[in-house]
Amino acid sequence: MSKHRILNTRAPRVDAVDKATGKALYTDDLKRPRMLTAAILHSPLAHARILNIDTSRAERLPGVKAIVTHREAGTRPYGVSPARYDETIFCHDKVRYVGDEIAAVAAIDQDIALEAVDLIKVDFEELPAVLDGRTAMEEGQPQLHEMYKNNICAQIRWHFGDIEEGRKESHIVRTDRMTSKMQDAAFMESQSVLAEMDCHGDLTMWSSTQAPHYVQRTLAMALNLPLQKVRVIKPAVGGGFGPKASCSTAELAACLLTMRTGQPVKLTFDREQVFLHSRARHQFFHTMTSGVKKDGTLTFLEHKCVLDGGAYASFGIATMYYAGSLLGGPYRLKNMVYDGCRVVTNKPACGAQRGHGAVIARALFEVQLDRIGEELGMDPIELRLKNVMEAGETTCNELFVSSFGMREALEAVRDSAAWKKKRALGGKTRRDGKGIGAACGFFVSGAGYPIYRSRTYHCTVVTKADEMGGGVTVMSGAADIGQGSDTVLAMITAEELGLPLDDVKVLSGDSRLSVDLGAYSSRTTLMTGHACREAARDVKRQILEAVGGCLGVPPETLDLKDNQVVSLAGEIDISNLRKEFLKEHKGFASLPYCPNLTFSEASRIAFLERGAIVGTGKYRPPPLGGSFKGAAVGTSPAFGCSAQIAEVSVDLETGEVTVENITGAHDCGFAINVTQVEGQMQGSMMMGMGEALMEQIIYDKKGRIVNANLAEYKIPTALDMPHLDAIIVESDEPNGPYGAKEVGEGAIMPVIPSILNAIYDATGVRIEELPVTPERLVAAIKANPVRPSQKS
Amino acid sequence: MKKIISFVVNGIEHELAVEPRRTLLEVLREDLGLTGTKKGCGIGDCGTCTVLLNGVATFSCLTLAIQADGCSVETVEGLAEGGKLHRLQQEFVDHGAIQCGFCTPGMLMTAVELLRRDSAPSEQDIRRAISGNLCRCTGYQKIVEAIQAASEKTS
Repeated sequence: MSKHRILNTRAPRVDAVDKATGKALYTDDLKRPRMLTAAILHSPLAHARILNIDTSRAERLPGVKAIVTHREAGTRPYGVSPARYDETIFCHDKVRYVGDEIAAVAAIDQDIALEAVDLIKVDFEELPAVLDGRTAMEEGQPQLHEMYKNNICAQIRWHFGDIEEGRKESHIVRTDRMTSKMQDAAFMESQSVLAEMDCHGDLTMWSSTQAPHYVQRTLAMALNLPLQKVRVIKPAVGGGFGPKASCSTAELAACLLTMRTGQPVKLTFDREQVFLHSRARHQFFHTMTSGVKKDGTLTFLEHKCVLDGGAYASFGIATMYYAGSLLGGPYRLKNMVYDGCRVVTNKPACGAQRGHGAVIARALFEVQLDRIGEELGMDPIELRLKNVMEAGETTCNELFVSSFGMREALEAVRDSAAWKKKRALGGKTRRDGKGIGAACGFFVSGAGYPIYRSRTYHCTVVTKADEMGGGVTVMSGAADIGQGSDTVLAMITAEELGLPLDDVKVLSGDSRLSVDLGAYSSRTTLMTGHACREAARDVKRQILEAVGGCLGVPPETLDLKDNQVVSLAGEIDISNLRKEFLKEHKGFASLPYCPNLTFSEASRIAFLERGAIVGTGKYRPPPLGGSFKGAAVGTSPAFGCSAQIAEVSVDLETGEVTVENITGAHDCGFAINVTQVEGQMQGSMMMGMGEALMEQIIYDKKGRIVNANLAEYKIPTALDMPHLDAIIVESDEPNGPYGAKEVGEGAIMPVIPSILNAIYDATGVRIEELPVTPERLVAAIKANPVRPSQKS
Repeated sequence: MKKIISFVVNGIEHELAVEPRRTLLEVLREDLGLTGTKKGCGIGDCGTCTVLLNGVATFSCLTLAIQADGCSVETVEGLAEGGKLHRLQQEFVDHGAIQCGFCTPGMLMTAVELLRRDSAPSEQDIRRAISGNLCRCTGYQKIVEAIQAASEKTS
């Protein structure tokens, strides 16, 4: 039996009923008196100099309240990474992609705002555009930014171990390539903002953000406001997956417009604007060379990656580092070289998306392992098992894995999906259209360092006992964007205080409540979980001290369990305290029922003795990682790992791939909420499957997106998705609360390569360009006729 | 010029003057304050705005409010009765079929229509029925399981 009462169960989410009844409020559901609606003018050109912006006709349109351009907004640079502040609120000298933001209008309704946007006249001098990331760095290419010579936004060369030594030890060495397309996160709720400045000059902004704290800082910096004057509130958020982690132009524009009009301003992106603003998955061009000994031991990895990041840096510096650093695990790899280069092009800026930077790198490396296994004549799962790291090991790039259920995960999917039996039916290059493939993954459980240089706590939590006696309220800046962090905080608090889950209320996602760096890099369960547990224990200590004092017993002999104070040292006389409580509650119906003091009595008595009972908690990772340039990216207090098997069938005539089954196992350390862990895994499988088979942003020759909608940018529907089998592995992470670590992003890592390996098993062809559309696959099948001897 | 329309929303009759070009989605959200119905795309791609129009699952973003004149409209706000969740809502809650929740109202309305039409749908029937409702969080697995559980309790 579990030693926990609430943790490790399938407790329903604390916000589920509100969401099921339509009561949960998202930003676009909010209304304020005298609220204006805003619209944005986007660049129609990929690259152009701005000669003049004429807003006079728009200003004369009745109903228009304010128009802002760079003249009003100023040109103070901002961005995500302090070393690469390359954005201004509105374009002033140039536009750098189709969709770049030039101006915003606030009007009494949306129709007028949109009409006004149409009336703004901008004179451009069109410039040649850079649309291909592979050649963007070549001499003679048009330059996007003065600060990025040859359009190189960031570049790194890492050298760990001795690559030549590794090469010498190798029995097999092979080189493979993979490219992907830019992708969209396709969250269901488009970005929405409501901003209001009051007469004291206090700015409140409700926003569909993943990171209220960073947004608060960016608003204060870019709008030149004192930090304490800026409050960011995150209502219910309809998914984020990365792009909502950076401060958007919508947020800045709405704030600027409320500052100028003195009226609340709402700005909600339409779906096309979501695609234009992007900040989603980069385009990657990977080349990897790796080697193995005869027995399958990995000897080295030489990895080159060019990232097409679109027009601005956004999170892209970290993306570039992650693309290299997260190949340090989950296999023992002594020698690794990484050449990363992120270029800017005249396309929407890319940023973070689930599995930040590491997804396509992982896809290629896992495909390469399969190809090596084939050359060696070694089963792909055996090859992986031969190389997996164990807890207590450190990667060549100085990432320490304190818990690691990689072997267990791999064995779990192998056995659950009947790998040995099914694989035996196929084997090498059969072409019967049925295939099975496996892959592994590795991911951080919270980035070890904040985005700005600081020794800030990553999060704090304040928990207050109800002064009337009864439940507690947990206050946190953490951002529940649908992943369920509020439920995790409630469960941890209920567990620690012996309370029913219903008696814990969570207030979160408000920069005024506490510092929390936000929902990115799969951090909240581990980091805010730690802080939350500490705050709950602080409340418990204070309550038991107060009660112990009144009862004349040492507080160490008391505990909170099952909504009661229990004595660990024999019976105690509570009659005086109960009498006092009953006196206060004459006429009340539900009064204490049991021989022990109830939590209600105890917390009320604690208040009577001491005033407000407030517990606080905090978390900051210890110093982590090496001292080389970029070493901070990839560090984490813990690492998740995962394995997956995909089964596919391929129509050899049309190239259409049907994923028949996905079996995934993820090591989350300890499942605080079993249902939510499965939900993150299944959601990752869906996103990864979409990226493997159908998701791609398509540009025309002028840099315009031709599929900026959810019909032509295809994501999987319920009919596309197979049965998803999610297996939870628990490795008891020593650095996580209760042994817990991440699941939100790590679970996507093996998805794409397991599908790619299954497609190869089904067809005998390898596709090096993602997604594997029917067109690409059928062309490859036709170009690679199978020799009769290869058929099974 | 505005038109007067009258329709019944979740059992309550409303008479409204609306611009003919306004969508049912806009009128539900803005005029009646029924913000449970969501706008995910506005052009009929995602299904988050699904309501029942005379019992038929309909994208309210592609429906003009004047087309609902004389009709009965059901939204997510009308599902729970007397403080008790509709069985589909309860199963969605219990099965973890809700993450960000933005697709949930539309998904529920589609499922309500399905179960009225077919009290014992197969898994494939369920997947087909909700294939016009996109969800980016769940991989659909727990949604399908929740609808299956609700149908088993009906039949």
